[in-house]
Amino acid sequence: MSVAVRLKGITKRFPGVLANDRIDLVVEAGEIHAICGENGAGKSTLMKILYGMQAPDEGSIEVLEQERTFSSPREAINVGIGMVHQHFMLADNLTVLENVILGAEPSKGSLIDFATARSRLRELGDAYGLELDLEDTVGTLEVGERQRIEIIKILYRGARILILDEPTAVLVPQEVEELFRNLRELKAEGHTIIFIDHKLDEVLAIADTITVLRQGRSVARVKPEDVTAQDLAELMVGSELPTPETREVTVTDRTAVEVKGISVVDDTGVTRLRDVGFSVQCGEIVGVAGVEGNGQGELVEAILGIAPVTGGSIHLHGDDVTGWSVRQRREAGLGYIPEDRHRRGLLLPAPVWENGILGHQTRNRFLSSRVWIDEDASKDHATNVIERFDVRTPGVHTPVHALSGGNQQKLVVGREMATDCNPLIAAHPTRGIDVGSQAAVWEDLRRARAEGLGLLLISADLEELIGLSDTLLVMLRGEIVARLDPAKVTPRELGAYMTGATA
Amino acid sequence: MSWTAVRRVVGPPLAAVGLALLVAALVLVVSGADALVAFGNIWEYGSRLETVIESFNRATPLYLSGIAFAIAMRMNLFQIGVEGQYILAAFFAAYVGAGVGSLFPPLHVALILVTAMLVGAAWAGLAGWMKVTRNVHEVISTIMLNAIAVAGVVSFLLGRWKIESESLDTRLGDIATTGWFPSLNPIVELVTREIKRVELTGFILVAALVGVAYHLIINRSRLGYDLRATGANPWAAEASGVPPKRTIVLAMLLSGAVAGLVGMADLLGDQHFYSLRFPQGLGFAGIAVALLGRNHAVGAAVAAVAFGWLERASGVLEVRGDAPREIVTIMVGVIILFAVIAYALAQRRRRIEAAAAASAQVASPQAVGAEEAET
Repeated sequence: MSVAVRLKGITKRFPGVLANDRIDLVVEAGEIHAICGENGAGKSTLMKILYGMQAPDEGSIEVLEQERTFSSPREAINVGIGMVHQHFMLADNLTVLENVILGAEPSKGSLIDFATARSRLRELGDAYGLELDLEDTVGTLEVGERQRIEIIKILYRGARILILDEPTAVLVPQEVEELFRNLRELKAEGHTIIFIDHKLDEVLAIADTITVLRQGRSVARVKPEDVTAQDLAELMVGSELPTPETREVTVTDRTAVEVKGISVVDDTGVTRLRDVGFSVQCGEIVGVAGVEGNGQGELVEAILGIAPVTGGSIHLHGDDVTGWSVRQRREAGLGYIPEDRHRRGLLLPAPVWENGILGHQTRNRFLSSRVWIDEDASKDHATNVIERFDVRTPGVHTPVHALSGGNQQKLVVGREMATDCNPLIAAHPTRGIDVGSQAAVWEDLRRARAEGLGLLLISADLEELIGLSDTLLVMLRGEIVARLDPAKVTPRELGAYMTGATA
Repeated sequence: MSWTAVRRVVGPPLAAVGLALLVAALVLVVSGADALVAFGNIWEYGSRLETVIESFNRATPLYLSGIAFAIAMRMNLFQIGVEGQYILAAFFAAYVGAGVGSLFPPLHVALILVTAMLVGAAWAGLAGWMKVTRNVHEVISTIMLNAIAVAGVVSFLLGRWKIESESLDTRLGDIATTGWFPSLNPIVELVTREIKRVELTGFILVAALVGVAYHLIINRSRLGYDLRATGANPWAAEASGVPPKRTIVLAMLLSGAVAGLVGMADLLGDQHFYSLRFPQGLGFAGIAVALLGRNHAVGAAVAAVAFGWLERASGVLEVRGDAPREIVTIMVGVIILFAVIAYALAQRRRRIEAAAAASAQVASPQAVGAEEAET
């Protein structure tokens, strides 16, 4: 079998970080090659180098047995390499057809030759079983369909080697199966696929060969038939995987947060949250499952007081807080770990200690009087968070943008945990942090629960949800469609509820 | 503060000034003047006590204007309405100050200052109110409000309220002596010599006070924390409980109140009336002061004095016929340009260094593990 891509000794340094350390990668033509590794293992950097987005400091790139150096993605496209990014790059207000040909329009004189484009796309769609209505506006399509457009886009540009960056991260299980069917057809047509993922069962199901990266190095090249998921996980993290699991029941009869029939309508008049009601007791963890974008964000913002509710009421520790400001709610003890730490959780240019009190800046312990912030107390608090949650930072004065993503997340989680919030709303609390720290955060959440914390946990990690939660809610299209006992539910069942397949 | 920290703070502006001198020398040489003679004359004239005092008199309103701009800038509001706010404030302050006749001096001065601050705050608050209710960008609204203040309100009312005087100048009010701000000449003369012609404005003390208050409130108070948080990340600030709309209006009110003080050094210490010849352009000059001073209380003071001195000392160029004084305008422009570039470079370097330091923290324990794995 011929070799499609051969990377030899690829090394890439960023200031202070060795992102890729002499990585070798051999991808045979016509195979599906999975690259797995934890966040920060160097997968994305390696793919950006192959796709010409970044230049390696050392090492060589061979494509179809020929040595290449790419100074831009365009050069990579010219030799038949295409990449589908995790975040789609599509224009919502254009049609599928227009999106695909954007930047590579066939022309007839000075006009775009839509007829030719249309027939070429039909051929492509038929050849690979990629079903799409070319005249649909992209803004109206589901995530899985958008991903298909991205794949067609690179095929249309003549790609024979496809790089997919965590393609399943945004898909529900049924869509994943559809994607895998498409990938197998592409492979049957002789395309080579490089597939970045860290969901091990998926990797084992689809890949012909698996390369495992750990801390910037390639640590293994294996065949799926020779390994189990547990083997792969060990290769990735170099240790046993911890499993989240809540011990004895600590639920009390004190209600931490209660939501009664709230609805949220967005700026455009679309109902995002419809008649949602539940309660979280002190000492209870209520998990919210659901594909992202089914109202979880709106639910969090409604409880926090950012999104106005059009009906129903919200109660904290028995008080009706529906008309309260965000600040009043935070002062009443409401803690918040946002899903997007950069957007809602951190002041990136500000030092660690200032970020350590964000959201709690009106608490007496951080004030020396009504007017002035107590800098010493705030810095002590930051030091405490750094030590307790293993935030790797040179000090409390370092600007937060200098920290790595995982350490930023630990700072946000640590800040909320160390300020004795109750209730706490945590959206994806362990997203982007390494396995060791993840276990520590879970342990902390459990301890806080035992001490009476009421936690509303929104997560995409089903193991985390099932392992930690006392009660599990499933959200679909802005409504709670199921209330499940996490002890009895399987990830498979949950996936069915999340997609509405069982309704 | 360590030596590196000092170097980092003063390095970029010093480099900018040095480069500006070079460019100015180049322009002088090209235009046929002797750069060394011109600079020598500026230095000789500029180091006279009287010129230094004039520089501080000029720096005082520049500083207040810079601080007014900086307050809004700390929360990412581009408040370029200081110009209209201070002129409108000076106008009404002169009207009220002259209208009340004579009062107990401190009371009279306080009344004038409070009027100015209220008018400035109200005019700026208008822009803030438009931003939070109608989502009008503050750059647009403050530009409009500048025009309305200067060409509209002031021109219209000046025509009606003007007083008759022998001079051709249309003027408003004559503030009685009880509403004058004392000069600091007697104090300066204690340590130097007799000062001729000029008076050091006592208002410089007010400016210093505003600077200290600015520093403390922005950097150490709860309110300042909320303002800076909003400037750094409005979404995170909102989630942390900062009310976004109220904070915008508050920042504009504070900025406008300080803007109202900009014209007071001239009104209370020098002219004692408002006229068409009241100093203009201080609001826009303040933007440069804030920029060069990095919105920092001390930095802005240094920038204000530097700009004030350059402007005053350059007068000698025309008197002696060495070169047109516009050469100083070029220098100021070049200083600002280079300062912006130097700050951007310095910031990028700091970012890289901070990231390196942070990742060294992360790498150290893992690097050991990696080496073990290799062997």
